[in-house]
Amino acid sequence: MLRDAFRGTTQLARFILRRDRVQLPVWLVAIVALTVGVTASFPSLYPTPEERAIMAVTMENPAVVAMIGPIYGVDDYTYGAMTGNQMLLFMVTAVAVMNILLVIRHTRSDEEHGRIEVIRSLPVGRLAGLGATLLVVGLANVAVALLTGLGLFALGIESIDFAGSMLFGVAMGATGIAFAAVTALFAQLTETSRGATGLSFAALGLAYLVRAVGDVSSETLARLSPLGLILRTEVYVRNLWWPVWVTLGVAAVVAGLAFYLNAVRDLGAGFLRARPGREHATKFLGTPFGLAARLQRTSFIAWAVALFVLGAAYGSVFGDLDAFFESSEMIKMMLPEAAGFSLGEQFTALVLAVMAMFTAVPVALLLLKLGSEERAWRVDTVLAAAVSRRRLLLSYVTLAFLASVLMQGLCGLGFWLASSAAMEEPFGLGQIAAASFVYLPAIWVMLGLAVLLLGWWPKGTGLIWLYIVYSFFVVYLGDLLRLPDGMKRVTPFSHVPQLPVDAMEWGAVAVLTLLALVATALGVAGYRRRDIGV
Amino acid sequence: MAVLEIRNLVKRYGNFTALDGIDLEVKQGEVYGFIGPNGAGKTTTIRVVLGILRADAGEVRIFGKDAWRHAVELHKRIAYVPGDVNLWPNLTGGEVIDLFVRLRGKSSAARRDELVRRFDLDTSKKCGTYSKGNRQKVALVAAFASDADLYILDEPTSGLDPLMERVFQECIAEVKAAGKSVLLSSHILSEVERLCDRVSIIRQGKIIETGTLEDLRHLTRTNVRVQTSRPIEGLRELKGVHNVVETERGVTFQVDTDELGSVISHVSRFGILDLQSAPPTLEDLFMHHYKNAGGEL
Ligand SMILES: Nc1ncnc2c1ncn2[C@@H]1O[C@H](COP(=O)(O)OP(=O)(O)OP(=O)(O)O)[C@@H](O)[C@H]1O
Ligand SMILES: [Mg+2]
Repeated sequence: MLRDAFRGTTQLARFILRRDRVQLPVWLVAIVALTVGVTASFPSLYPTPEERAIMAVTMENPAVVAMIGPIYGVDDYTYGAMTGNQMLLFMVTAVAVMNILLVIRHTRSDEEHGRIEVIRSLPVGRLAGLGATLLVVGLANVAVALLTGLGLFALGIESIDFAGSMLFGVAMGATGIAFAAVTALFAQLTETSRGATGLSFAALGLAYLVRAVGDVSSETLARLSPLGLILRTEVYVRNLWWPVWVTLGVAAVVAGLAFYLNAVRDLGAGFLRARPGREHATKFLGTPFGLAARLQRTSFIAWAVALFVLGAAYGSVFGDLDAFFESSEMIKMMLPEAAGFSLGEQFTALVLAVMAMFTAVPVALLLLKLGSEERAWRVDTVLAAAVSRRRLLLSYVTLAFLASVLMQGLCGLGFWLASSAAMEEPFGLGQIAAASFVYLPAIWVMLGLAVLLLGWWPKGTGLIWLYIVYSFFVVYLGDLLRLPDGMKRVTPFSHVPQLPVDAMEWGAVAVLTLLALVATALGVAGYRRRDIGV
Repeated sequence: MAVLEIRNLVKRYGNFTALDGIDLEVKQGEVYGFIGPNGAGKTTTIRVVLGILRADAGEVRIFGKDAWRHAVELHKRIAYVPGDVNLWPNLTGGEVIDLFVRLRGKSSAARRDELVRRFDLDTSKKCGTYSKGNRQKVALVAAFASDADLYILDEPTSGLDPLMERVFQECIAEVKAAGKSVLLSSHILSEVERLCDRVSIIRQGKIIETGTLEDLRHLTRTNVRVQTSRPIEGLRELKGVHNVVETERGVTFQVDTDELGSVISHVSRFGILDLQSAPPTLEDLFMHHYKNAGGEL
């Protein structure tokens, strides 16, 4: 009976490997190379134990803990401890993203496009599709684990030993498997791949947030998040394996549930049912802007809420931050208040920069929806009505623009509310608002570039994500990793004055705004003359 | 005046030439059939006409204006039904119809509701849950509910049941009676035969035949079955006669339509008992042209 249900799994798995013969190796190589590459740079960046000790103190700061996770082995901050502390959370998150995308691609997305239907008509079991997907993705995670483990060990750095390296790799693989299982479950619940993708990323975001709050304030809370849990392996320090077993156990249960739901539901159906809707459109839905807004209503609201919560999460650590500054003589010595600004203010500047880059994500997403509409062949019919290309594109630009202002505002507001509640001497609302909104021009540059790509090279719109990740990397980790200044200069976010620490620079802000406008105008010009849907 | 005028249209995808010098003219009040095998270039032509693709050479004029440059203004007078109807899975059919009608400009709520009723469409369902035929109905209702002057329909009925196909044909007749023009691409030849005044056949990016059905019929063969009192002599040798087959109930053969007169007068000399002739169907025409133009069908 069960064997029947899984009939054809291996053939389908081979078929999946064939379809992903480029994508899978690219993911594997990118993830392993990033882990090993950054780790390899540590000895040259921090050659002496003294420098590592100073680094360790910085890493103990609750604001940093909220972002990258708890620090283990402060007293003896070896390269291994450093790797575990600074790299594990990022790499585990990257592997989770890989798993979410791969699983959706071969489950709900295929089903939605009617590709599973053909396969089901063959002598293939009902669970074979999901089985093959999880088999391939599972193997990919095993490969990530082994390659990372061996790669790290092969660096030959003294504190990066075999046991710790393997645990590091296995932690990545195990978290990957857990998110593959969670995604497989969501793919059963919703009827669309968009819905499943949204839920899966929401789960990942929630896991990150719960961990951030937990790592700062409550060990129990942190362990409830799969991301928090896996950091409890204390790689290269104590090398604990129980978090791996718990993660894999939970993954098995979730995967089992996904298989069960897959077996009992109809093809194409989900469990979160679609309700009957309106027979007539509202007044609002009658213009290209109305359409753009209506289509993205849900994700707009979800992002707005998420950014507000993110701001609040960062703000909430500021209470502990004060205490931390009080207790740490070393920090006081390290960063004398010569500049006339408190450490709190300096961290505020960094946190707001990070939040602005998060805001750039929904802004670019809202715009690039027009690209995915085109790939789904839905732009034709809109353009065949009396809608000009410029108007269509500018509707999406307007929506993204409004989102940039609103979401930066919400993010800053969340931050201000939570930090004022936590601090004895809170920041002024105006101060935080200014420090938040000053990033708008940099976000608009990202928006302009997205328009430019969409107008001239729609296949390349994915580059915008690379650029945002790059910006995040150099702005957030640039100082920590001592990256050269040249690398920082090529992102708009590094040219924004970091209020309240820096003085306002109207010139930089004006240049960024102008750049954004030019890129948008060029993008519109390109969009007006190119073929749609080719 | 020509409502739609295409002159020497060329469209390339990379180095593949999808359209290789298309000429086509749709007159006011005319229903124009556009037929051809899969991949011939019908959809590509239509997408250039709508200004969704940019022509590499040639000219497309609608109501005398350039189709690319004046796209928006022209689209106010055009209704379009795509071949693959792709709709937003999370909007209802009713919402999509209203959206399209509003984006196009002129509309009549009464006409919309009447069409919804005639096409028997549940407009409260999300498009993601519609069958192929129902998605097509959404596009058809949206098209016919707007007060257009030119209707461009790309295989609009490939998913409709016979009842709905009938409603569709009525709609075309109403539109035509109102003096509007229609460009109809279709694989359903009986439908084209019934509805269209003129037809163009496209093959591998080239128009290989254009004309009224009558014109085209003259280019091909009529099927004839005849019973005579005496055996017909010299039938096979006659000019324009093909595929002669003797059966128990007479002889069947095909005649080049322009030789029909002389063949019948020859046959009549042998005492006709029964004679049936069937004009070539569009299907015969279609086959004839595919085979002639290249032979590799
Ligand atoms: N985006 C594209 N890139 C490359 N080639 C394309 C593209 N779109 C269409 N073609 C090719 O152009 C030719 C014409 O395609 P088109 O869709 O116009 O055919 P069609 O006549 O509408 O066919 P059908 O009857 O199947 O709908 C085909 O050979 C097709 O493969
Ligand atoms: Mg077509």
